[in-house]
Amino acid sequence: MTVTQSGFRNALIDADLAVPEGLKDGRGAPAGARFAVYRNNVVLSLTEALSTGFPLVHKLLGSQTFDRLAGVFVRAHPPRSPLMMHYGAALPDFLDSFEPLAHIGYLSDCARLDLAIRRSYHAGDAEPLDPLRLQQDPRAVMALQISPSPATQVLCSNWPLFDIWRFNMIPDAPKPEAVPQDVMVTRADFDPQPHLLPSGAALWLDALTAGHSLGAASEKAAATHPTFDLASTLTLALSTAALTENTTKEIQ
Amino acid sequence: MLDTSQGSDRLPLAPGVGYKSQHFNDVMEDPGPVAWLEIHAENYMGDGGRPHAQLRALRERFALSVHGVGLSIGGADPLDKAHLTRLKDLVAWTKPASFSEHLAWSTHGAEFLNDLLPLPYTNATLDRVADHIDEVQETLGCQMLLENPSSYLAFAESTWSETDFLAKLVRRTGCGLLLDVNNVFISATNLGYSPQGYIDAYPLAAVGEIHVGGHDEDTDDHGAPLLIDSHSKPVVDPVWGLLAYALAKTGPRPVLVEWDTDVPDWSTLRAEANRAARALIPAS
Repeated sequence: MTVTQSGFRNALIDADLAVPEGLKDGRGAPAGARFAVYRNNVVLSLTEALSTGFPLVHKLLGSQTFDRLAGVFVRAHPPRSPLMMHYGAALPDFLDSFEPLAHIGYLSDCARLDLAIRRSYHAGDAEPLDPLRLQQDPRAVMALQISPSPATQVLCSNWPLFDIWRFNMIPDAPKPEAVPQDVMVTRADFDPQPHLLPSGAALWLDALTAGHSLGAASEKAAATHPTFDLASTLTLALSTAALTENTTKEIQ
Repeated sequence: MLDTSQGSDRLPLAPGVGYKSQHFNDVMEDPGPVAWLEIHAENYMGDGGRPHAQLRALRERFALSVHGVGLSIGGADPLDKAHLTRLKDLVAWTKPASFSEHLAWSTHGAEFLNDLLPLPYTNATLDRVADHIDEVQETLGCQMLLENPSSYLAFAESTWSETDFLAKLVRRTGCGLLLDVNNVFISATNLGYSPQGYIDAYPLAAVGEIHVGGHDEDTDDHGAPLLIDSHSKPVVDPVWGLLAYALAKTGPRPVLVEWDTDVPDWSTLRAEANRAARALIPAS
């Protein structure tokens, strides 16, 4: 008669399993469909969390297809933490091997972009790099130890990821062109925004993250990407609050 | 008399609402009768950004109740130490007037099922829940309030009534209780008992907060009414009636309006808070 939490959990996730014995309604009859309330709560609440957390994927698929995808995903990958803000980190890789949607090749990168925006939203606060710090002796500037802010996320895609995002999320945006695009998500205040990265900028940001000075990171980017342009990359990074000086303390 | 500013160690005997980030400007500019806010702890466990910024501003102005939905106090497994630490950190910087959690489980092994799942009321459950409450109170360094669940079914193995079970937990752990009268109405309807009788049997002296909220109506296999705890609608008249019934016995208590799904605009939620304020008048 004892209903274990394992038995309860298994019947929640697998609707083909019988309702555990020992559950009843108020008159002592078997609980029957009342158990479905918990089944529905679990699947619907997780589906809702995914739908909120992956707005671009949701837009691309439409509600009906998204909900069916979510129904499969939530059973294969239930949350591993009570922090629902992190739920769905496994969705991009799951999509890479999900055959029914394999024809939408860029879908997993769109899920990665949705995740990057959510991570940026919840990331720690940091003082943006003061542009005045760059108006000093060039040698001192090149020695600066700066890095992407915690809210800065970088994605390198084989698809026109920025264009796909813009076309689906911004009214009257132009159609995507068939080119690979690197995307940076930053948070100037509280609302993360994707930005298209110029050539070499993703590598430059990675090099800064790895601890290289501004000068060393720029040399690395230019070595692999001859068209890397430090001035325009810095302008973009400064205007989007993408950088912070490593000595700056985090707020809070 | 009551200090409703930050650091107050008691919730005001006044209406509060479940805080939603889209209401930030409205609640700061025109709170109406709302003297305190309840936040879901897990939504503020990121590293920064808007959730933290809003919370820093809100705690300057309102008393806060931190309401956990992910601790799984009734879970068969030990409490998640990392999650307890996160709660401790949140409580340390937000300095809430109250911390509450649910008589339920939601984590199994490494999985979080994102729902408040039911427990059999047995001696084994009692021992486990009491140990977990002790651990929470020791970790947080304060009393916690435990909320009665909304039930859709019962366990044949239960040997305690829910009210006796809660009363025993109060005596054993020194915790307080959060009386959710919407949950009482839902469980009483679904399991076929008197909601007033439940409140009569409830250990009312331990009640530190009362919840009201909305629910959905459905039916079970036999056509019997089955109410679903959705927090997606206005509070129905019978639940307001139960609030008045409870307040007449407890005297004034902090009363919270919960609306978590299909969240309305601020004026609609404020109107519900006004109704809670009126309910508090005859009891004063």
